[in-house]
Amino acid sequence: MFLIKCPWCGERAETEFSYGGEAGINRPLDPCALGDAEWADYLFMRKNPKGAHKELWNHSQGCRRWFGVARDTLSYEIAFSYELQSGPEEA
Amino acid sequence: MITNRLEKGGRIDRTQPLTFYFNGVRYEGYAGDTLASALIDNGVSIVGRSFKLHRPRGIVGSGAEEPNAILQIGTGSSTLPNQRATQVELYDGLNARTVKGWPNINFDIAEVNDVFSRLLGAGFYYKTFMRPRALWHYYERFIRRAAGMGESPVEPDPDFYEHRNAHCDVLVAGAGPAGLMAALAAARSGAEVIIADEQNEFGGQLLSSNEQIDERPATEWLREVVQQLAALDNVTVLPRSTVFGYFDQNFLTIAERCSDHLGEYQPGQIRQRQWRVRAKQVILAQGSFERPLAFCNNDRPGVMLASAVSSYLNRYAVLPGQRVVVFTNNDSAYQTAIDLQVAGATVAAIIDSRAKGAAALGAAAQDAGITIMRGHIVCDVVGRKCVRSVRVAKWGGDNSSTVDASISIDCSLLAMSGGWSPAVHLHSQAGGKNEWNDDLHCFVPGESRQACRSAGAGMGLWSLQECLRSGHDAGVDAAHKCGFESADQMVPNGRAIDTNKLEPLWRVPAVKGPDQCPKQFLDFQNDTSISDVRLAVREGFQNIEHVKRYTALGFGTDQGKLGNINGMAALAECLGESIPNVGTTTFRPAYTPVTFGVCAGEGVGDLYDPMRKTAIHEWHESIDAPFENVGQWLRPWYFPRDSEDIDAAVARECLAVRNSVGIMDASTLGKIDVQGADATTFLDRIYTHKVSKMNVGRCAYGIMLGEDGMVMDDGVMARLGENHFYLTTTTGGAAHVLSWLEKWLQTEWPELDVYLTSLTDQYSTVAVAGPNSRQVLKHAACNIDLERESIVFMSVKAAELAGVAVQLFRVSFSGELAFEVNVDSRYALHIWTVLMEAGAEFSITPYGTETMHVLRAEKGFVILGQDTDGSVSPVDLGMNWLLSRDKDFLGLRSLSRPDCQRDDRKQLVGLRSLDNESVLHEGAQLITDPDVAAPVPMCGHVTSAYHSACLGHPVAMGLVAGGRARTGETIFASASDDSVVPVEIVSPVFYDPKGERQNV
Repeated sequence: MFLIKCPWCGERAETEFSYGGEAGINRPLDPCALGDAEWADYLFMRKNPKGAHKELWNHSQGCRRWFGVARDTLSYEIAFSYELQSGPEEA
Repeated sequence: MITNRLEKGGRIDRTQPLTFYFNGVRYEGYAGDTLASALIDNGVSIVGRSFKLHRPRGIVGSGAEEPNAILQIGTGSSTLPNQRATQVELYDGLNARTVKGWPNINFDIAEVNDVFSRLLGAGFYYKTFMRPRALWHYYERFIRRAAGMGESPVEPDPDFYEHRNAHCDVLVAGAGPAGLMAALAAARSGAEVIIADEQNEFGGQLLSSNEQIDERPATEWLREVVQQLAALDNVTVLPRSTVFGYFDQNFLTIAERCSDHLGEYQPGQIRQRQWRVRAKQVILAQGSFERPLAFCNNDRPGVMLASAVSSYLNRYAVLPGQRVVVFTNNDSAYQTAIDLQVAGATVAAIIDSRAKGAAALGAAAQDAGITIMRGHIVCDVVGRKCVRSVRVAKWGGDNSSTVDASISIDCSLLAMSGGWSPAVHLHSQAGGKNEWNDDLHCFVPGESRQACRSAGAGMGLWSLQECLRSGHDAGVDAAHKCGFESADQMVPNGRAIDTNKLEPLWRVPAVKGPDQCPKQFLDFQNDTSISDVRLAVREGFQNIEHVKRYTALGFGTDQGKLGNINGMAALAECLGESIPNVGTTTFRPAYTPVTFGVCAGEGVGDLYDPMRKTAIHEWHESIDAPFENVGQWLRPWYFPRDSEDIDAAVARECLAVRNSVGIMDASTLGKIDVQGADATTFLDRIYTHKVSKMNVGRCAYGIMLGEDGMVMDDGVMARLGENHFYLTTTTGGAAHVLSWLEKWLQTEWPELDVYLTSLTDQYSTVAVAGPNSRQVLKHAACNIDLERESIVFMSVKAAELAGVAVQLFRVSFSGELAFEVNVDSRYALHIWTVLMEAGAEFSITPYGTETMHVLRAEKGFVILGQDTDGSVSPVDLGMNWLLSRDKDFLGLRSLSRPDCQRDDRKQLVGLRSLDNESVLHEGAQLITDPDVAAPVPMCGHVTSAYHSACLGHPVAMGLVAGGRARTGETIFASASDDSVVPVEIVSPVFYDPKGERQNV
C-alpha cells in the first residue's frame, strides 16, 4: 500500500486516495475545432510508460484536493507530489 | 505407552501435562510442546500421506518449512485447515487430524499410486485428463477430492479478528539472536521499535541449541534481553506474530495469533490480529532454512532435517530416534550428532560427503567417540513406513557416475543437512534481488529496494558471533537513519568456530542413474522429485517458473521453503546452467498461510460495508416494508398490506398514484448545492442543456455526459438564485458526480469561482404524486399558492409546510401531477407523518422503488445504469432535444465521432408483447428471426420490463440496433423456457404520450 504525500495534508496511506490517471492531459480549448484523430488522441491515448510517470491523485477521503504524483510504474517508488497549478517542475 | 521424552531438559513445562487427540486417539504432551514435538514424544511417526503418490510421510522439519505434517486443527466452525504441526502450540484438548489417507493414514488404498509412480510423472494431470475434453468435469471432481489438503469450515466463523494500524521507526522481523540485538540497539538509541516473531518464545535458533553467550548459557542472555525489551516503553514486543507481507513504501503486515494457543474457541477474545505497520526502517532477521539432501527415498518417515532433530532434542526434550545416522555436506550437522550423543542416543555414523569432513566440530565429534565416514554418501533408505537402515557408498566427488552402495547401516533416524538457505522471502517481496554466493552456496539478499536491511543468518551469516554483531549493526544503522544517535553498547560474545566449507551435493548419486533410481524427492508436499524436473526439461520446459507449474515444485503450504533451492539446482544441472542463471521463482506474500479471518479483520457482517438509511427509515420499518439495497442505501421496495405479494402490492400502489395520490421517500437522490459567481458558466460546461438560460425558480431535467459522449448521470436541477443551483443526481451516482465536478474545477478550470456542497444526507426528499397531490399539500398547511399558474410545472418555490421550511419542487417522475418536498433531514419524518395524515382522506398510499420503476417505465423515463450501461449516448436515448446547439459541454465533441453516428447503434425503444400478457425478462436478448440456427445474431436486449396495472398489459423498454427506424417491426425476445416472445417495437412512452397529466 503506497504512502502518498498530499501537498496539503502530508503523507497518508493509499486507502485515503483515489487514482485519476495520467497527469498533464489538458482539455482542448475548442474541441469542436479538432479532427476526429486529434480528439481521439485526447480522449483515449495514454502513455502508460514503464518507469517514470506523472499521475493524478485525489485525496478523496481527506481534503478532496487533486494533485500530481511522480511515480515509477516499475519500482512503485514515489519521487514527489506536486500542486497542479505550480506543476511538477516546482516540486 | 511409548514415550520418546528425555528425562530432563527442554523448554517444556513438565508441571503442566496436556491432553490432545490425533485422528481420534488420545495422547499427552506438555505446555511448551508443539503438536509436532508431542507427536514425536508419543511415537507417532506417520503424520500424513503425500499429495499424489500417497506415500506415508513423517515430520521432517521443526518450523515453517514443514511439508508433511499438515493437519486439520479443531472442529466445527473454528477449525483451521492446513496447519503445520511444527508451528501449532499444544493446548489442552487440542484435536488434530489428517485429511489425506483413506481409510486411514497407516493404510491408504491410494498408495497404489506409488507402485505406478512412473506413470504419474510431471504433468500427469495435464496429459491424462484433458482428452476427451468433455470429460474433464467428470475427472475434476475425483482429482479435487484426491488432492484435498484441508477442509474449510462450513459454518460462519464465531471468532473475532481485528486490524490494527501502527507506525514505528524500526520494525524488526524475527527475534533470533540477530533480531534481538537489532531491536535492542535501535531501542536504546531511542527509536520506536516493533519486534515480531512467529514463535511463542523469542530466541529463534537459541531455543534449540546449547550455545553460550559471554560464557554463560545463551538462554540466560536471552531471558535478560527479552526482559529488557519488554521493559522499554518504546518497544512493542509481538510474539506469535508472523510478518507475512512486505509491500510498497515499507508497509508490512503482521498476523498475530492472539488466542489460538489457548484453545479451540475463546469467547470474548480476539483470535487473530492483523498489524498493518508503516515503518521508517526495517530489519529482516528471519534466519535461514536447512536444506534436505536429494537421495533415493529421502521422504521416508524417520528422515529429518538435522536442525529439526537438534530442535526436538534441545527445545522439547524428545528424541525422534534411538539409533541415528547423520548425513551431511557441511559442518553444522556435526553439532546434531554431538547433541544426540549427549542425549543418550546412539549415533551410528556421521556420513560426510566431503573428503576432508568438518573442522572444529569434526574433532569434537571424534572426541565424543562418533564414527565419521568422510567421503561417503547415503544413497538410499530401506523401510517404507519407517527407516530401518540406510545404504551408504564411498564417493569420490564425481556426480555423473553411479555408485556401489555396499555398506548398510541400521538406524531408525536419519538426520540430513544439505546446507542452509537464508529466508530471503521478505527481502524479495520488498522488491530486492537475491545474489548467489559461490562461497556459501546459497542465495543471499542483494541490494534492497526499500528502507530495509537484513541481518544474521538471513544474510548468510552462520556463526552466533556474526549474527549478534550484524544484528547490532543493523539496529544502530536503522536507528541512525531515523535520526537517532546510537548509545554506546557492547556486542556480547557468541561462539565463532572454525568450519570447513560446505561442498554442494545437489543430487546424491545412486546405484542407478537419476531417471532410473528410486525417487529422490525435492518437494515432499507435492511429490516432486529430481526425475520429474528432468522429465519436464526433456519435454521442453526450461524456465524455472514453467518447470514449477509443470511439476508443482514449490506449490502448497510451504511454498518451496524446504525444496526449492534443491529443485533449482536439479534444473540447473539438467540444463547445464549455473543455479543463479536458473534463478528463483517469485516470492509473494503471504510468507506462511494466513487465515481469511485475519485478512478480513472486523470487516464482516454489518461492518462489511456502510449501510445508509434515510431519515424516514424507521417509519418504513414500522410497517414491515421489505427493503432493497441501492448502492449502500436501504430503500423500501414496496409496502405490502395483509398477505399481499409483491405483484399485488405494486399493482395497488401504481393505481393509487394514477387515480388518487401516493407518497414516496426519495431521500436517497444525490443532492449537490452549487454556488459562486461562475456557477452558471461551470454548469453550462457540465450539463448538455443551456443552464444560463434558466430563470431563477425554474427546474430542468439535465444529463451529464462523459467526455466520451456517453450518458453518465441525470437528474432534476434547479436554479434557486442568480448564482445558486441545486442539483440532484441518481442515488448510485451521487459520490461520483461530486468527484467529477470537483475534478473539473480543480484540474481544468481552477479560475472558476464555484463552491460545491453535498447535501445528500442533510436534505430529505418526499415525493407526493397523483391527481390529488395538490389537495394533500393544501391539507398539510402549505403556506404558498399551489395552483397551476403559481407554481408551474418544472419550478421550485420556498415554502412552509406544517410550519417547517421546505423547498417545494413541482416535478414528476411518474407522469402525474406531483410535488417533491425537500426538507432538512431532521424534520423529514415529521413532514412524512404530516403528509400521511393530510392525505388520509385521499387514501394516500406509500409506494416503494418497484412502483416507482413501473410508473416511470409507463412514461418511458430511463433509469441510468438500468436502461443504459455507459455505452449509450443521449442520441441513442432519443434525447437530442436536451443537447444545446450553441455552447460547448463535456462530451459534445464525441457525439460527432463516426462511431456515435452509426445508423445501427442500439437505441432506446418501447417493446410491446404481442400476446398482451408476457412480461419480458430484463436482460433478455432480442433477435430478428427466431428460426435461424444457432448462434443467433442478437439485435439488442431488454432493459426494463413490468406489468402495467393501469394499462392492463406489459410494458418494456430495450436497446435495439437502429431501433427507432424499426418502429412497428416485430422482433423476438428470448424467454427462460427456450421459447421466444414476439414483440412490437413501439414508442417508449406508453402512458399519456402528450404529457398532459403532469401539467394540470
